[in-house]
Amino acid sequence: MTKANTFSRWAAVLALLVLVGTLLSPSAEARKLNVVTSTTDMAALTQEVGGDNVNVESIAKGYQDPHFVEAKPSFLLKLRQADLLISVGLQLEIGWLPPLIAQSGNPKIQVGGQGYLDASQFAAILEIPQGTVTRAEGDVHPLGNPHYWLDPDNGRRIARGIATKLADMDPANGAYFQQRFQDFEKRLGAAEQKWDAEMKPYRGRKVVTYHRSFPNFAKHFGLDVIGYVEPRPGIPPTPSHTLELIQLMKRENCKIVLVEPYFDLKTPQSIGRETGAHVVVYLPSVGGEKQVTNYFELFDYDIALLTKAFQLTQ
Amino acid sequence: MRRHLNIRRYVRLLAIPAVFCAIPVYSQQAGTPAATDQPDNAALLQKIRDLEDRMVAMEGQIRLLKSQQGTPPTAALGATQVGTPEAGAAGVPQTPPGSEPAPVSIARSGEGTIQEPSLGGAGGSAAKALNPDISMIGDFIGSAGHNPVNPVSSFQMHESELGVQAIIDPYARGDFFLSFGESGVNLEEGYITLTALPAGLVAKVGKFRGAFGKINTMHNHVLPWVDRPLVSNNLVAGEDGIDDAGVSVQRILPAPKGIFLELTGQVFRGDSGDTQHPLYHAYNNNDVSAIAHLRTYKDITESTNLDLGASYSRGYSAAGPNFLTHLYGVDATLRWKPLRRSIYHSFVGRTELIWSQRQQLPFEQRAFGFYTSGDYQLGRRWFVGGRYDRSGEAQNASLIDKGFSAVLTYWPSEFSQIRGQYEFTHYGNLDAHQLFMQVQFSLGAHGAHPF
Repeated sequence: MTKANTFSRWAAVLALLVLVGTLLSPSAEARKLNVVTSTTDMAALTQEVGGDNVNVESIAKGYQDPHFVEAKPSFLLKLRQADLLISVGLQLEIGWLPPLIAQSGNPKIQVGGQGYLDASQFAAILEIPQGTVTRAEGDVHPLGNPHYWLDPDNGRRIARGIATKLADMDPANGAYFQQRFQDFEKRLGAAEQKWDAEMKPYRGRKVVTYHRSFPNFAKHFGLDVIGYVEPRPGIPPTPSHTLELIQLMKRENCKIVLVEPYFDLKTPQSIGRETGAHVVVYLPSVGGEKQVTNYFELFDYDIALLTKAFQLTQ
Repeated sequence: MRRHLNIRRYVRLLAIPAVFCAIPVYSQQAGTPAATDQPDNAALLQKIRDLEDRMVAMEGQIRLLKSQQGTPPTAALGATQVGTPEAGAAGVPQTPPGSEPAPVSIARSGEGTIQEPSLGGAGGSAAKALNPDISMIGDFIGSAGHNPVNPVSSFQMHESELGVQAIIDPYARGDFFLSFGESGVNLEEGYITLTALPAGLVAKVGKFRGAFGKINTMHNHVLPWVDRPLVSNNLVAGEDGIDDAGVSVQRILPAPKGIFLELTGQVFRGDSGDTQHPLYHAYNNNDVSAIAHLRTYKDITESTNLDLGASYSRGYSAAGPNFLTHLYGVDATLRWKPLRRSIYHSFVGRTELIWSQRQQLPFEQRAFGFYTSGDYQLGRRWFVGGRYDRSGEAQNASLIDKGFSAVLTYWPSEFSQIRGQYEFTHYGNLDAHQLFMQVQFSLGAHGAHPF
């Protein structure tokens, strides 16, 4: 008798939990789409096309390594309210986004759901591995390089994709999003001309980067990435690889080492001392520095840094 | 299979006309002679750009279609855990980002040629496209020294954990973890998570580790130590912990801004523990055990956060029918990880206090135990940590065991780790000094563990 009672008591507790949950579910408020993005770049592009008709928030910060974000519970608070989750995809967020999505208790943003958007589908992707893929190559991304947003052409394509998605989810504002996109495209076209002109004198210049997060930028602006500080993606620098890299840079007369803001500068600086190269901490993402608050300022900032470094190393 | 064929056809249908259309457009434009002046040139550029965009969009669609029929991107694993405490400061063979039965991708050699990379192993990738993520984590332990109470063999392949994980359908995901000893297999966990329930509820059904405190939910390979604290061994069913078949429901509760509050309720069949570490035993169908867990979390700054929990559990004890055991637990975790240098430095400090109230003959035993630990990440690959243990024994609360451990961990990469641990334990009046060396390695795509 008592045992039967305890069983039903626990069943009742569970039932109560469900009930409380139902009662407390958030009530419908003013319909403004809540968009959560995995990185600041996607947030910046969404803001461009979404304007005042969306709330946008990014999970990762711009100065943080997007491969290694902690899946903090505070992010669940954002995700459970989200109408749309935009990820970079190509397994960039594989270590932290899946558990967040699963625990969010938000059916809309589950993979395959109406509110889940993988932005990589809109962009031109580089470095898709061919042949056998193994981890002997380090932390490889079997679907291609996920750092694809540093090419203004991809920025335009992603923005168009996001605008279309927003219009899908909020048809009443469809024309608004379309118009915002056209405006963005126009401004981006003008900016691109300016950036291209600024970078033109340096086409073909050789650079070394810390991680492979630069191929799209390099391709767009005609830079030649000849090596990486990391011996393999995700593997910290080793003395033997660093020596090889120094020799390569001397041979090729490469004078620039580009480093993402979240990597240690010790190895790049010693490479700089050996080769006379400039170590440039460039920004791979919006928000990497306080003053870089949108997609345009990201390129303005990086191009200013690069052109200055190229001039110094004529 | 059928779908795959369809998609192939789709790829061809789209790609071929696109290329053919492109040629006439280009040649037409090229044919119009130098008479073209500025505006025409701009129009031409615009046209090429539009064409390029359409090409890229199409490639993206193809990639998406292929990966959707292949691996749902989510199912995969985690590279990151570098920081998650569990995986955390102490390091887990981190789960890899990458691999997974790699979905088919479109290789671009030249213009739009479509090639499928070889993925190793058997046959075409299409057949494997819907396979779950499979991972294997090896845990080898070498030990030296002397422990009169809890002897450990000199070398052991302590555990080989096979993980099989996938998204089941738009409403659920499934996770299986089978742990192989050198002989024998145990279903460590096997459950479905219902992710699309109304009202923000998340439910689990199957066999899983109970949400009692922190350590009980963790797999061996995510612990920052070689072994589990004394309080787990003495009061919470040893290495396996409360790990049973049942149902779990959790929900995030409304709370003041910035505070995360989550309540979990779980009901199990009522069997947990082994002969050495008995805890719950179900004598009949009504002898269910239960867990309630309240978790609260707050970001203090962007790099520091505090995680507090309170747990209660009860079940019928192995002492006999009608004897209940109640467990009460409190846990606190302080984490620090500067975002700009997140892959180089971090700290996790944690403590768990557990009270056990075990009905048995001749009279009830009330035992208390706790551990306190700290783990600091020195550099990208090095972690150092310590743990202080103290716990009464569940069946004889007057016997108090104490211990201290010092740990040094090295990660060659996210996928393997080497750990040394010195441990001193004082059981009643017997002393044990032990030295452990542990090697853990991870193959394949192991799902990220919850923070």
